Amino acid sequence: MTLMEILTQVLEVIAALAAAPLFLGWVNQCRAWLQNRSAPSLWLPYRGIRKLFHKDAVIAESASPLFRIAPYIVFGAMAVAAAIIPSMGTRLPLTTAADAIALVGLLATARVFMSLAAMDVGTAFGTLGARREMMVGFLAEPALLMVIFVASLISATTALPAITEHLATQAPALYPSLAFTAIAFTMVLLAENARIPIDNPATHLELTMIHEAMLLEYSARHLALMEWAAALKLFNYACIGFALFIPWGVSTGADSPAALLASIPLLAVKLAMAGAGLALIETVSAKLRVFRVPEFLTAAFLLAVLGLLVHLLLRA
Amino acid sequence: MAVTTPFDLQLLNLCAALLLLLSFAMLAQRRIVTLVNLLALQGGLLFVATLLLAWRTGQHHLYFSAALTLALKVIFLPWLLHRLIRRLQVYWDTEPLLNISGTMLAGLVVVVFAFGLAQPISALASTATRNSIGIAVAVVLLSFITMITRRKAMSQVVGFLSMENGLFFGAMSATYGMPMIVEFGVALDVLVAVLVLGIFFFQIREQFDSLDLHHLESLKEEQ
Repeated sequence: MTLMEILTQVLEVIAALAAAPLFLGWVNQCRAWLQNRSAPSLWLPYRGIRKLFHKDAVIAESASPLFRIAPYIVFGAMAVAAAIIPSMGTRLPLTTAADAIALVGLLATARVFMSLAAMDVGTAFGTLGARREMMVGFLAEPALLMVIFVASLISATTALPAITEHLATQAPALYPSLAFTAIAFTMVLLAENARIPIDNPATHLELTMIHEAMLLEYSARHLALMEWAAALKLFNYACIGFALFIPWGVSTGADSPAALLASIPLLAVKLAMAGAGLALIETVSAKLRVFRVPEFLTAAFLLAVLGLLVHLLLRA
Repeated sequence: MAVTTPFDLQLLNLCAALLLLLSFAMLAQRRIVTLVNLLALQGGLLFVATLLLAWRTGQHHLYFSAALTLALKVIFLPWLLHRLIRRLQVYWDTEPLLNISGTMLAGLVVVVFAFGLAQPISALASTATRNSIGIAVAVVLLSFITMITRRKAMSQVVGFLSMENGLFFGAMSATYGMPMIVEFGVALDVLVAVLVLGIFFFQIREQFDSLDLHHLESLKEEQ
C-alpha cells in the first residue's frame, strides 16, 4: 500500500461525495433542455442540501431509533460503495476488503434500511413505497449480479478494479456479451435510481411514486442525507457502468500522478455524456405502470443471462 | 487474453448473438406488424452473416445463398406478409397463452438446453463458426415456442419462417451451407408454404370470421 494508492482512494471518495449532487444537477438540466423548459441551476442540489442542513428536524412521535439512524447507514453504505468502485484509478487499498458481490450487498443494505425506515413510522405511503422498492429491488438485484458475473467471467476475477484493469488493458475485441449486459445494466440503473420508466424523480404524484414515498416522513438533516445518498447512488451506478463497459482512461497499475490527473477530466467527460444519455432516455420514454415493472426487469435479467450464455458459448 | 479471434470472426459471433436476441424480441412482441419487421431484420442479419462467411471462406456458392436470402427473406416475404396484414386487418395478437415474463424465462431454459445439445455437434464440426451451432439450435427452438404460444395464424407463420432462418444459420455454421440445389429447394418450399398459408388465412377468416386458430379445435359441426 503506497502513498499514491491511499491518495487515489481518498481522492475518489471525496470526488464522489462532492460531484454526486453536481451530476444530479447536470441530469436535471439536460432533461429541462430536452423538454423545452428553462433549466434549473446546476448547483440547485447543493443549495437544497445546504438549506436542509440548516433546518430543525421534525420527527414523528411513533418513530423508533431505526428511523433516526437509517439516513446515516444509507449514506455510509453509499460512501463505502463509492470507495470500492474504480472511477479514477484501479489500485485501491480498500478493494481487497470487498469485491463486486460485496458491492451489490452494500447497495442492498442501503435499500433494506431505507425500506425499514419508511415502514417504521407506519404511514400508508411509507409502507407503499417500501413495498414497491423491495419489489423493484428483488428483481433488479439478480440482473445486476448477472451483469457483474459476465464481466467477471471475461476477466476471471470478481474484484471490480481488477475487472476494469483487465478490460482496459487487453487488446480491443468485440464482446456481444458485454453489449447485452450493458443494455441490461442501463435498465437496472433506471430501475434502481427511480428514473423514468420505473419511477418519476420529479413528482410527488402519490399513486405512482416509489422513492419519494419512502422519504415523505423525513425532514432537515435526515432528508438532506437521504437526498445526498440518492445522488451518490446515481453517481455510483454511473461509475460501475464506466468500470465495466467504458474502462479506458482509468489510471491502471503504475504509480504515476500524471495518469491519475489525466483520469479526472476523462471521468468528467464520461459523466457528462452519461448524464445527457440518461436525460435523453428519460425524455423519450413514458413511465410504466407499476404492474409492467416486473416485465421490464425480467427483460433486463434475460439480457444479462443471455450475455452470460453467449459468452460461455462463443467465448466472446 | 489467451487467443485473439480474428475480427471477421468476431463480427460473425456478433451476428449470431444478435440473431439470438432477435428471437427473444420476437418471443416478446405482441404486435404483428413489428413481428414481421423483426423477421425481416433477422433475414438481414442472416444475409450479413452469410456474406461475411462467404468472404472469409472464399466459397462462392455462399454469395448466391446470400443473394437468395436478401431477395426472399429480407424483401419479398416481409412485403408479402405486410400486404396480408393490411388486407386481413390483423394488427395485434391476442394475449398469448403464457404471460411474457413466463415465456421469456422458459426461453432461457430452452437456450441452455440448446447449447448443451449442440456441444457434441460443435466438437465434431471443423468449421470456424462451429460455436454458433448452439445459437442456431436455440433460434429454432425459440421459434417453436413462438409458434406454440401464439393464437393468431399470422404469428405462427412468422414463427415458422424464423425457424427456417434458424435452420439455415445452423447449416451455415456447421458445414458452410447446404449444397446449392438443396438451398434452392428449401427456398422454393418456404415461398410456396407462405403463399399457400396466405390462401389458408383467407379461408380461415371466411369460415370463422377470425384468424384465431383456437376455433380450429372444435371439429364437430354445430348441431
